[in-house]
Amino acid sequence: MLAKDLMTFTWRALTTSRLRSVLVVGAAAIGVAAVVILTALGEGARQYILGEFSSLGSELLIVLPGKTEKGGGPPGMIFETERDLTIEDTVALHRLPHIKAVSPLSVGAIDMSFGAHSRAAMLLGSDASLLETRNLKMGRGSFLPSLDLNKAKPVVVIGTTLAHDLFGNASPIGQWVRLGDRRFRVIGELAEQGTSLGQNLDEAAIVPVASAQALFNNPALFRILIKVDNRSRLHKVEASVRRVLTQLHQGIEDFTLITQDAVLSTFDQIFKVLTLSVGGIAAISLLVAGIIIMNVMLVSVSQRREEIGLLMAIGAPPALILRLFLLESLLIGVFGAIVGSLVGRFGVWVIAKIYPSFPVATPLWAYLAAASTALGAGMLFGWLPARRAAQLDPVRALTGR
Amino acid sequence: MTEGAREAMIQLEKLSRIYPVGDTEVHALENITLAISAGEYISLMGPSGSGKSTLLNMLGLLDRPTQGIYRLEGRDTQGLDELERARLRRERIGFVFQAFHLLPRLTAFENAALPMMLAGTPAGKRRALVTEALAAVGLSDRAHHLPNQLSGGQRQRVAIARAIVMRPALLLADEPTGNLDSRSGSEVIQLLETLNQSGITLIIVTHDPDIGSRAQRRIVLHDGRIVEDRVA
Repeated sequence: MLAKDLMTFTWRALTTSRLRSVLVVGAAAIGVAAVVILTALGEGARQYILGEFSSLGSELLIVLPGKTEKGGGPPGMIFETERDLTIEDTVALHRLPHIKAVSPLSVGAIDMSFGAHSRAAMLLGSDASLLETRNLKMGRGSFLPSLDLNKAKPVVVIGTTLAHDLFGNASPIGQWVRLGDRRFRVIGELAEQGTSLGQNLDEAAIVPVASAQALFNNPALFRILIKVDNRSRLHKVEASVRRVLTQLHQGIEDFTLITQDAVLSTFDQIFKVLTLSVGGIAAISLLVAGIIIMNVMLVSVSQRREEIGLLMAIGAPPALILRLFLLESLLIGVFGAIVGSLVGRFGVWVIAKIYPSFPVATPLWAYLAAASTALGAGMLFGWLPARRAAQLDPVRALTGR
Repeated sequence: MTEGAREAMIQLEKLSRIYPVGDTEVHALENITLAISAGEYISLMGPSGSGKSTLLNMLGLLDRPTQGIYRLEGRDTQGLDELERARLRRERIGFVFQAFHLLPRLTAFENAALPMMLAGTPAGKRRALVTEALAAVGLSDRAHHLPNQLSGGQRQRVAIARAIVMRPALLLADEPTGNLDSRSGSEVIQLLETLNQSGITLIIVTHDPDIGSRAQRRIVLHDGRIVEDRVA
């Protein structure tokens, strides 16, 4: 049979029994679209979590008071702090090489009021370097001035949510607000930041660290953030930080150092499980797609045994009949894969529109796996019943016996 | 007789076809020995289940004998593989069925062209030969109609055009008038007889004695055996 005739014959078979073709192509397309959308969701979840941890910044070294017990007892238990982290520790760390910025950080809850408006805020005590260590962006005004760390000054920089709640759409810059029992002048407003390191900076009020310590009446720091000038020196700096602080703390290592790498490796197990889940979702979708395609193909080819019988009776050898049905299944698979990919892409686009902060993206392997399953299942289950019919004596295929 | 047998187009020797049905066996054909010469016009008759259709399918290579020998044009069909059997069906044998078996999605022209398409005949040559075949069955003006736009008689004539388009030596018709009214039926029979007069060997299976008696040679089967073989 000539290639052109083979094509025309198959095309006519597909276009005349339109309902059947639409059903089979639709089944294949649903399967492919399911894989594309589900893996996009799974991969999105993975990317989202990965992104959360990456926002720590890979050049960041964090000092926590207390030591994580690594010997006996339940993991993650923090021993009673021997010595607090202090401003003196921070100053000492400044002298180390390869350091871009060191920020002390004290944290607490406080009531903030402006005129009749009052609300709870998260108070962060730090200094000008926080802009660098936390990658902050300013909305308007300026950030904290560079001051001696032990010097208090009644100035505050506030997050956007806080600014909106207390000042509405008016500019807060230059206004005096009350934090606890003291008055502060607002000198800046942050741009929208979102959540990172578990803190929603849009609801934060940032004051010089000495002012925060005075408000809380507590000289202990919550964290010290250290930004290294080059990522490759992170471990070297980590070692010298450990040495300097241990020295300052009378030879006792009563603090904990964490890096993004350490956090990420802790969550490595979670990522593995997430990756497996995405794979599992995809595998199940593929299986469902394959079964749908199998059923529709089995029924549609079996219905055409009479046609197979006739073709054999007028002289088509079995191999030619198989070729005809394989071509038909291939076309169905190709259309199913194309339509399914488009529908899937559209679905992903809709999800991205509804949840703009959720990173949905179908990995390439999902498209490839879905398309090859549609093609493979279509061809296999088109070929099997056609082969069974073509192996019969023509008279049996013809009469359906 | 031996001389004649050697020249025969079709030779059957002690041919049997046995179907297993449950625990028992049904002898659809039993020890059929038969010789048919080129150009003959034969009717195969007998009651339902007498084996006449099985015999026709056997002659058309649509079925395989359980035992015995079938020689077509001097060739033993026993050793042929499916590819060669398909080739013989395509090139030497034309088949006309009671239920027409046209593909509903193809026009009359395309249905008649199907065997040539399967054989890989180029479109140009195909067009000429199919047009000729449709003219021979008197359907030149219906070439581009779909089967459901044609009457039963016209559909059967398309099927006949399809059967003769490859210019076979043997034309087999299984109850060709079974689904037709008597007028279309007799038109179809006349058409088949015309083709026979131009040289093609014609074998018609029928249970209608009026049609059966028109053939020059009548073979009657009963329970898988030939009980009568008479030349008029």
